[in-house]
Amino acid sequence: MSNARSAVRRTLSVVAAAALIGTLAACSSGDDGGSAGSGSASDLDAALEKGGELTYWSWTPSAEAQVAAFEEAYPNVDVELVNAGTNTEEYTKLQNAIKAGSGAPDVVQIEYYAIPQFALSESLVDLSAYGLGDLEDQFSASTWGAVNVDGKLVGLPQDSGPMALFYNASVFDQYGIAVPTTWDEYVQAAKDLNAADPTKFITADTGDAGFTTSMIWQAGGRPFGIDGTDITVDLADEGTQKWTGVWNELVEGKLLSTTPGWTDEWYQGLGDGSIATLVTGAWMPGVLESSVPDAAGDWRVAPMPTYDGTPVTAENGGGGQSVTTQSENPALAAAFLRWLNSDPASIEVFLASGGFPATTADLENPDFVNLESEYFGGQKINEVLTQASKDVSTGWSYLPYQVYANSIFGDTVGQSYANNADLNDGLAAWQDQLVQYGNDQGFTVGE
Amino acid sequence: MAPFLVVFLLVFIAPVAYSIYLSLFREQMVGGNAFVGFENYVALFVDPQFWEGLGRVTLFLLVQVPVMLGLALVAALAIDSARLHASGFFRIVIFLPYAVPAVVAVLMWGFIYGDNFGLAANINDWLGSTVLTPFAREWILVSIGNIVTWEFVGYNMLIFYSALRVIPTDLYEAAELDGAGPMRVITGIKLPALRGAIVIATIFSIIGSFQLFNEPNILRTLAPNIITTYFTPNMYAYNLSFAGQQYNASATVAIVMGVLTAVIAYVVQLRGSRKEEL
Amino acid sequence: MSTMTEVMTTADAAGGSRGSRRRPTRRPLASPLRPRKSVAFTLLMGIFVIYSLVPLVWLVINSTKTQAGLFSSFGLWFDDDFVFFQNIWETLTYKDGIFLRWFGNTLLYVVLGAGGATLLATLAGYGLAKFRFTGRRAVFAVVLGAIAVPGTALAVPTFLMFSQLGLTNTPWAIIIPSLISPFGLYLIWVYAVDSVPTELLEAARMDGAGEFRTFFTISIRLLSPGIVTVLLFTVVATWNNYFLPLIMLSDPTWYPLTVGLNQWSAQATGVSAQPIYNLVITGSLLTIVPIVVAFLGLQRFWQSGLSAGSVKQ
Repeated sequence: MSNARSAVRRTLSVVAAAALIGTLAACSSGDDGGSAGSGSASDLDAALEKGGELTYWSWTPSAEAQVAAFEEAYPNVDVELVNAGTNTEEYTKLQNAIKAGSGAPDVVQIEYYAIPQFALSESLVDLSAYGLGDLEDQFSASTWGAVNVDGKLVGLPQDSGPMALFYNASVFDQYGIAVPTTWDEYVQAAKDLNAADPTKFITADTGDAGFTTSMIWQAGGRPFGIDGTDITVDLADEGTQKWTGVWNELVEGKLLSTTPGWTDEWYQGLGDGSIATLVTGAWMPGVLESSVPDAAGDWRVAPMPTYDGTPVTAENGGGGQSVTTQSENPALAAAFLRWLNSDPASIEVFLASGGFPATTADLENPDFVNLESEYFGGQKINEVLTQASKDVSTGWSYLPYQVYANSIFGDTVGQSYANNADLNDGLAAWQDQLVQYGNDQGFTVGE
Repeated sequence: MAPFLVVFLLVFIAPVAYSIYLSLFREQMVGGNAFVGFENYVALFVDPQFWEGLGRVTLFLLVQVPVMLGLALVAALAIDSARLHASGFFRIVIFLPYAVPAVVAVLMWGFIYGDNFGLAANINDWLGSTVLTPFAREWILVSIGNIVTWEFVGYNMLIFYSALRVIPTDLYEAAELDGAGPMRVITGIKLPALRGAIVIATIFSIIGSFQLFNEPNILRTLAPNIITTYFTPNMYAYNLSFAGQQYNASATVAIVMGVLTAVIAYVVQLRGSRKEEL
Repeated sequence: MSTMTEVMTTADAAGGSRGSRRRPTRRPLASPLRPRKSVAFTLLMGIFVIYSLVPLVWLVINSTKTQAGLFSSFGLWFDDDFVFFQNIWETLTYKDGIFLRWFGNTLLYVVLGAGGATLLATLAGYGLAKFRFTGRRAVFAVVLGAIAVPGTALAVPTFLMFSQLGLTNTPWAIIIPSLISPFGLYLIWVYAVDSVPTELLEAARMDGAGEFRTFFTISIRLLSPGIVTVLLFTVVATWNNYFLPLIMLSDPTWYPLTVGLNQWSAQATGVSAQPIYNLVITGSLLTIVPIVVAFLGLQRFWQSGLSAGSVKQ
């Protein structure tokens, strides 16, 4: 790391702290904005021994059981689990608490795409100060990359979402459609299916920022470049265009179901075959099993289609936990976090809840890989999914204001979807707004 | 008086003052906070997203408010006309939706609107067509207007109805002596007597329209591309601060909308009542 | 106790369309024109009733369905599985009975918030109406202005201030802001102008009664219809309060029902989605039942008020 870079970062942290104090005018700002962490693995053990109280924000289904198991193992530590809202709702509350200077939890669940945003505002503790950097080889490369921002370890990965093709085999069989391995075949399948039965669609996509960025990621596009406060946004790069080339055929050809994701109608579509495939993260089986029970036995998993036959995939969704700089006991918080995402007892609970791990030991564990899923008609789905986690394309990064970027996705790219128009126009509009926002916020944004 | 004022200062005046203060600054994620005078206001006045939202709520105001108040008026006159069987039943039933929290109302209508599996789909199937698409761009404002009307028509009806109930009997007796028909009674006696109630209802409906937020915001998960983040000025202000951390721009929108609403409400009040008691 | 009828004289007075108030002489229930009851007309109004009731009927019917049945059956009729009581049981026991906790919170906010708001609005509105002091018009303008500024936009400043006072994530963050009802103040104000004769107050003052005694012995009785109506409105407002708690609270143990229900509804999204639409629907039903019952209860008061008026004739 060059001196210039670290000088920038130092300035940045001073500026960020000044900004906090500035806004709150007369009010005191709870902490100094930087982490005062200095410690090691033994300090963490000491903190666990000494005990104390922690607050942990999470909406994951496994959190409750994990906290209970932790408290049993470390009776001196009292963890208060709070469900402060699902994804963006929680981020809003976290952002407010950061802005107010108090009220943030000690440990907080954050999805990968949102991590840079909170890391930038110096709201997350650099865990390498507690020796957690040594855990690197326990996690898959792509998830480890996602929790390292600008040379700091700002969280530990909990789950991962290497992408795969989930398809409704009974629908495919009924219409004699072969499982596509390339995107061209996928488009052809979309046409065949919709021609055979106009009420059936290859998939539902009404514009989802997470999906779009993952698809661009797989296609080799790297639209967001971050170097400190210098940012580039290029939503017309080669990889992006590769994706729009394929997806435009579906959007402009009206071959996509217009049911918005995660709505009641969407779940229904997954159950009755009107939405025949999903290209999504490896955490999806758990959702299907618990929320689309009627379709048990219909669904199968295949590798994500590719452009040229070379296996490559991307991450979609997934996240981990971080320690906030507002924490009054960061050593204890870091110790809890270490247990949460690397202790076998905790991972076991996590896997039992249907989660897909980020830990290499579990991704390679034969018991896990060879598990036959009853819901998927006995298919060893983890063979496909763990292979996918090895094929994740490298070098991706999200914007330091990705939460905002995703919030205006519907205003821009969503318009292309709504009008069945060229996605490139929508992406260009998104890019314009992202550049303008970045510059307004004091970044130096190039295109 | 005093306790009201103290709390009022804390929860209304102080945030407004703080908003005005915020609207004169610009804070960046990188680069800190600076006094910028009226720059935020200038930026807002050339912001097409703000104007689009303002235009939308104005359209909503011009269509939905007259429709809602018209329906409320008709219902009130009908119940007051004594020509209905079981008028008490009508009164309470039409008023009931007002008791339903906006969140619940929108969740319910959202399910009903679903054009794949909701009631709209059932009706489409039955008609064998696809006429009902409540979430399409052309219809979304109507769909929202329908929810708002459903929630508040009974409330306004009750305001009108109660004003009708206190019209002194001698006025009717005089009308009867003059041989006035029912229509004449309505235009000659009832409507003039309702003037004050109509002014009040209009003012609160205008404020409600300009502050339109809950309904589109909750429906947004069902129509993400149609309902933008700047669909109404209030949603714009919300998203500016909570999604974009542009607290200063958000405060500017709040202040501009507040001044605008207050001015319009004041004008309606002035035009609507010649003699001012207060 | 007649509530609605009297109150809306306020609306009348506010507009000031008619000068001095007559002692309201009531007309008989049928107007002097004595029109006949019309079946056709009643049926026409029936459309109105259907419009008002359909969503509520939908809610009741669908609260009897399983999550799967919700989507596979016709929206306005029952599914084969009737699991109404099971849904209620699940709603009440989900996550260790968090729904009941939310219910209790809502009651707390309603009792303290709406009760306090009514008290403050009554005292302040009465004061504004009956005590001459300079700047009354200014106070009125400020109150009206305060209603006009969108609450959503004030949320951030309010949040930051409350956070500095250490009030966020406590019930006080909900209760204190609901203590102010500008609309209630306004109603009481215009109501007091009309219903409490200044001569009466002056007579009481001449007799040496203090202002407080005058207020509690004379005025409050005259104001009671207005007070009940303001109470009704503030109860509805706090029961339905959504946005403020959403911003102020991060801990679900302090949520009111509205925010809790929306969180259940939002649970259907994302990586670890757990949709519970059947509980959202049943929970919605349970949320509106108490307030609807309260309305129906009050209905009796309106009716007795109305008929009492006509008997006096």
